[in-house]
Amino acid sequence: MNISAIVAVSILVPFAGFLLNFLFGSKIPKSLVSIIGCGSILIALAMNIMLFVSALDGPATITYFNWIHAGSFSVDFSFLIDRLSVLMLLIITGVGFLIHLYSVGYMHDDDAYFRYFAYLNLFVFFMQMLVMGSNYLIAFIGWEGVGLCSYLLIGFWYKNTNYNNAAKKAFIMNRIGDLGFLIGIFWIFNQFGSINYKEVFAGAQGFIINNNYNDTVIIFITVLLFIGAIGKSAQIPLYTWLPDAMAGPTPVSALIHAATMVTAGIYVIVRSHVLYSLAPFTQDIIAIVGITTAFFAATIGLAQNDIKKVLAYSTVSQLGYMFVALGVGAYGSGMFHLMTHAFFKALLFLCAGSVIHAMGGEQDMRVMGGLRKKLPITFITMLTGTLAISGIPPFAGFFSKDEILAKAYEHNPILWVVGLITAVITAVYMFRMLFLTFYGNFRGDAHQESHLHESPSTMTIPLMVLAVLSLVGGFLGIPEVFGGKHILNDYFAPIFSDIATVPHTGTVLSHSMEFILMAVSVGLVLVAIYFASRMFIKKTAEGMDEEPKGFAKLLANKYYVDEIYDTLIVKPADWFSGFIYRFLELDFIDGMVNGIGRATNYSGKTIRKLQTGHIGFYLFAMTICIVILILINNFFIS
Amino acid sequence: MIQAGFYVLSSLAIFSALMVVFSRNPVHSVLYLVITFFAITGHYALLNAQFLAIVNFIVYAGAIMVLFLFVVMLLNLNATIEPHKSTLLKFAAVFSGGLLLVVLAASVRGMESYKPDLAHFDPTIGEVKKLGKVLYTDYWLPFEISSILFLSAMVGAVLLGKKETN
Amino acid sequence: MNSIITSVPINSYILLCTTLFCIGVMGVLLRRNVIIIFMSVELMLNSVNLLFTAFSAYSSNPAGQIFVFFVMVVAAAEIAIGLAIVVMIHRNTKTVDVNEWSKLKG
Repeated sequence: MNISAIVAVSILVPFAGFLLNFLFGSKIPKSLVSIIGCGSILIALAMNIMLFVSALDGPATITYFNWIHAGSFSVDFSFLIDRLSVLMLLIITGVGFLIHLYSVGYMHDDDAYFRYFAYLNLFVFFMQMLVMGSNYLIAFIGWEGVGLCSYLLIGFWYKNTNYNNAAKKAFIMNRIGDLGFLIGIFWIFNQFGSINYKEVFAGAQGFIINNNYNDTVIIFITVLLFIGAIGKSAQIPLYTWLPDAMAGPTPVSALIHAATMVTAGIYVIVRSHVLYSLAPFTQDIIAIVGITTAFFAATIGLAQNDIKKVLAYSTVSQLGYMFVALGVGAYGSGMFHLMTHAFFKALLFLCAGSVIHAMGGEQDMRVMGGLRKKLPITFITMLTGTLAISGIPPFAGFFSKDEILAKAYEHNPILWVVGLITAVITAVYMFRMLFLTFYGNFRGDAHQESHLHESPSTMTIPLMVLAVLSLVGGFLGIPEVFGGKHILNDYFAPIFSDIATVPHTGTVLSHSMEFILMAVSVGLVLVAIYFASRMFIKKTAEGMDEEPKGFAKLLANKYYVDEIYDTLIVKPADWFSGFIYRFLELDFIDGMVNGIGRATNYSGKTIRKLQTGHIGFYLFAMTICIVILILINNFFIS
Repeated sequence: MIQAGFYVLSSLAIFSALMVVFSRNPVHSVLYLVITFFAITGHYALLNAQFLAIVNFIVYAGAIMVLFLFVVMLLNLNATIEPHKSTLLKFAAVFSGGLLLVVLAASVRGMESYKPDLAHFDPTIGEVKKLGKVLYTDYWLPFEISSILFLSAMVGAVLLGKKETN
Repeated sequence: MNSIITSVPINSYILLCTTLFCIGVMGVLLRRNVIIIFMSVELMLNSVNLLFTAFSAYSSNPAGQIFVFFVMVVAAAEIAIGLAIVVMIHRNTKTVDVNEWSKLKG
């Protein structure tokens, strides 16, 4: 099999799975639906492993046909297979397959089982397209497609109005970002005369050679692309859709809203790293937005009672970390954290799903507790995930997060300080979640208690696999301090070779300093975990429901951001729409339309009276008209 | 002599035409119409259109007038007194008819008088032989088509006149 | 040449025919009896026929007389159908007053 066939199979099989399940899913048994759904992803995974092997030898561009050709504008329908895209492909299909497998158990009782798998396959199809595209347009198709799938899956239980609203919110928020992304693409074409990655980046090399940094056009392009990334990757100010997106089924949250789709923004920026390296100004913006988001979301996560909301804010926070990495120019570290985050966050979501499954759909942590005994596998795997996200060595999160923090310190120590505080807060809220869920006494009612059970093996096996990945994933990037080999850096070396000559700001950390930073962060996190255990392990049902006060209340209400948006944007927009509706629509447009109708009616009513039905009158009129015609003809026109 | 004939026939035609319009009894109208047709037939004769004179005599004065008379009798209209139109309507009708006449006459007055082509004058064009030749050579297609028209008119008349049985 | 075309100008014929035509128009407008209206229409047709013939004779062109022939054909057909319709409507409405036939009132 040559590479173009592999790519075609890899991308088309999930689409075929979508078509089969979507069109015929209601007529075939559930087992077949699951086989189609999971099997197609498994095939894609196998293909992607082959692509991975081939990409190690060097990048390849596979052109299928010339898609758009108009004047100087030419877009090929082609895919770029290089080390960056295949890593993303492996994450998408690898984690994706595990989540598909998990869904077989999780969604088993759902009526729209086939629809769920159809959408999930469609998502994988679009996500692969986004990652594989060799130009911004193909990537944009995927970008929009995953947004669509996200919308469809958030609103999967469409009978619930709140869920539908959450889906709409996600879609609209993404739309704001998409506009930026689209304008960015237009501007790229305007500047470089092409939207192919290869030509754009070759054009950007010219700026590097001329030492032309912070060019206004490049800043605009990069900021616009970053706005797209803000929307897709849920950063301030467009992050509020992600917590609401938890309305979708939990595996969806794991796949789309934690592991893959929300990282599309990271991917696009890493893909465009040449442009971003040309615009240190934009990078600073990215770093500031990233660290702010990380800190903000983490603090909100402290006060959430919904198990999935905690994870959602944690995702926003972790995405903020990745943006910090991108902002300080550590693209490889960003990708590293993206990967480890995909593992442990998918794991955490799936564990949460397992807990919710056991609790019969209950998501409120206040009525959980003591589940450790009832769900041993879920507990162990979730503990792994929590340790990983908290940055405890040797779990994956430790390596990737500390790499980012180290790079941030090199760039600016303030970033490191805030990042460290965020890491501590992360540990607190994650262990709060863990303790509230698995320790103490059960706080739910008797019916729920009798229902508690460990999930079936289709659900626990993905958990275990992801737990192992969360444990070992970090070994791909062992820092030099430990004398290890940073495999991922070597892996990415060819990708980032084109910005090797870009001057690096900040100081290079000495090994001892790096070691001190790590020790500080791990130490503080351990202290945080200790406090969390003191505070939350013995929580009883009493005192759970009391209204939070002061700062806690502010956190529980998510800083009232939704309310602020509502007041600042939604209400004025509402008011303006109402204004337009009342004056433009009702008075003007309707008036015009109705006026035409009324005029027709009125003139008809009036002219109707001419039709007396009396032949004599008609003849009379005819005669008069003939006279007039003759008069005009003979005496006036001559 | 011919001039006198023209004026006599013309005044007869106009008079009887007016009587067609103004007489109260439909039967009288029909009879006046016959007189008008006779006058016109005379005009055809004056114009050396012998064939048309005969045809006009047969078709109009004969067939069509008999048809009119038939219908009048059939509907028993000879005694029906037509309800009067209002004076205003009558005035309007006469006025517009007169207006048309004035306008047309004025148009004719404005025209250059048509000079008859005396050099190629042929008094025999109205004879059956000449007309037949033209009709069956230059105008054979309209002639044949008019036969179809007649056929369809006949069928239509029969269909319309038939009493509905159900 | 002892012929009408030398002694009577064609304008006389045009005037005669116009007069007859306008009498026909007046009849159509004035009368409400549909039979009379039909007769007025016949009057108008005949006036036009006469004019055709006059022009034909004055220009020695037989085409005009042929045209009269066709007008007669159409007139005969029209009368046959028209009177059939009149008879039929009379059968239903018991009147020949066109003002009573105002079903098409708007």
